[in-house]
Amino acid sequence: MSTNWNRKDLLGLRELSPEEINFILETADAFKQVGTREIKKVPALRGKTMVNFFVEPSTRTRTSFELAAHRLSADVINISVTTSSLTKGETLKDTARNLEALHADILVLRHSSAGAPQFLAQRLKSSVINAGDGAHEHPTQGLLDVYTIRERRGKIDKLHIVIVGDILFSRVARSNIFALTKLGARVTLVGPSTLVPREFEKLGVTVSYKIDDVLPTADVVNLLRIQHERQRKEYFPGIGEYTTLFGLTKERAKLLKPDCLVMHPGPINRGVEIDSEVADGLQSVILDQVTNGLAVRMAVLYLCGGIAT
Amino acid sequence: MKDTEQNPGVPIMDAEAIRRALRRIAHEIIEQNADLRSVVLAGIPLRGVEIARRLAEFIREVAKIDIETGTIDVAMHRDDVGTRAELPVVHASKLPLPLEHRTVIIVDDVLFTGRTARAAMDAISSFGRPARVQLAALVDRGHRELPIRADYVGKNLPTATREQIQVRLQNVDNEPDAVWLFKE
Repeated sequence: MSTNWNRKDLLGLRELSPEEINFILETADAFKQVGTREIKKVPALRGKTMVNFFVEPSTRTRTSFELAAHRLSADVINISVTTSSLTKGETLKDTARNLEALHADILVLRHSSAGAPQFLAQRLKSSVINAGDGAHEHPTQGLLDVYTIRERRGKIDKLHIVIVGDILFSRVARSNIFALTKLGARVTLVGPSTLVPREFEKLGVTVSYKIDDVLPTADVVNLLRIQHERQRKEYFPGIGEYTTLFGLTKERAKLLKPDCLVMHPGPINRGVEIDSEVADGLQSVILDQVTNGLAVRMAVLYLCGGIAT
Repeated sequence: MKDTEQNPGVPIMDAEAIRRALRRIAHEIIEQNADLRSVVLAGIPLRGVEIARRLAEFIREVAKIDIETGTIDVAMHRDDVGTRAELPVVHASKLPLPLEHRTVIIVDDVLFTGRTARAAMDAISSFGRPARVQLAALVDRGHRELPIRADYVGKNLPTATREQIQVRLQNVDNEPDAVWLFKE
């Protein structure tokens, strides 16, 4: 049996073929089953060491990778560095040397600078997995979103996916756009014009500024988190205005088809981009996304870290 | 089927021989397991799953009992990850639960080093603790590297390590049922 995989790194979804994406999803199916066993652990990566290197704060992605590594029997080291203590360029190179000295087999990197994972991947023998780099990509989030849609709808092809929010600064949106368009979905981006520039249409998606026009035909609505902590005033209306114009309120949710899925990468701002009733409603698959994230990350760690170097 | 002019395969079993061997194994399983209802046939992907399905069919014909079948993935339980250039493809396992008080029969097409069977036993134990685990193989070609033996064997076939055995099954390979020997 041969695999459709020969990459040591996962840096983004843009460079993956539809076959590679589907292969990760099929591998994740197998690993999702492990979570239902009495002993939720397999020896697939026994003896390997994974370093979680997070230069930006993150709890859910980091713990998801950590649990995924534990379930594959890999050893885990967590290194968190505050953004302030690390500048770009030279220090990252030093970081790489240090990680190599630890004999890490797999490096999971979250960094505020786009391209940092690629920089390290070119310099390290270890596998490098991008856990979010600046506004560039967050490939495992894109994969878990696609996995969740495929699990619920049985396919991606021809589905209408609406992504709402701060697209311009969102690595989640980019990874989603790449994966979804490769698998044949129709993608519409919605948000304030300052945060959803028309240039995105070059990626093969549609841009809209009127959420009420697109919701009735949506098969999936993916609401991005409004990141107040990094919003610049000139780009962003105000929180109240955002909710009025783009929030998935209880009233607005009535526009959705009954089988439309509601997604959110978390952590959710209840009452801002989504109302509590919708987030906890029957159409919400937000917690499925968390469960599936674990399976997808196990698949990625297995495929990148299990390959002989 | 791997077949070149320089290296034609030697036919070892044809469809009829495979059918007879599996029917005999089905009879042996019935004979060895007084409580057939407690038996689970756990096939190793891909061909072991098909062989388990056929064994269950023979058992149904003979004993009029529907015995349960399942799939047991071994790829994520192998001991050679990171040492091979090509990663084994992982499949989802599926076993009827709980396994306590049951007899799980691991079903594979070829028994060789025993490492796959070991990985299967490891995988099964992550689902629970069956009363017994047994092993069935269509072909036992020898060269064990672990203290493992099969309880049910379709055909014992002494081979050289460098030779290759290939099992082909209609439903899996879209080729007529056959076992081939290739001399390297």
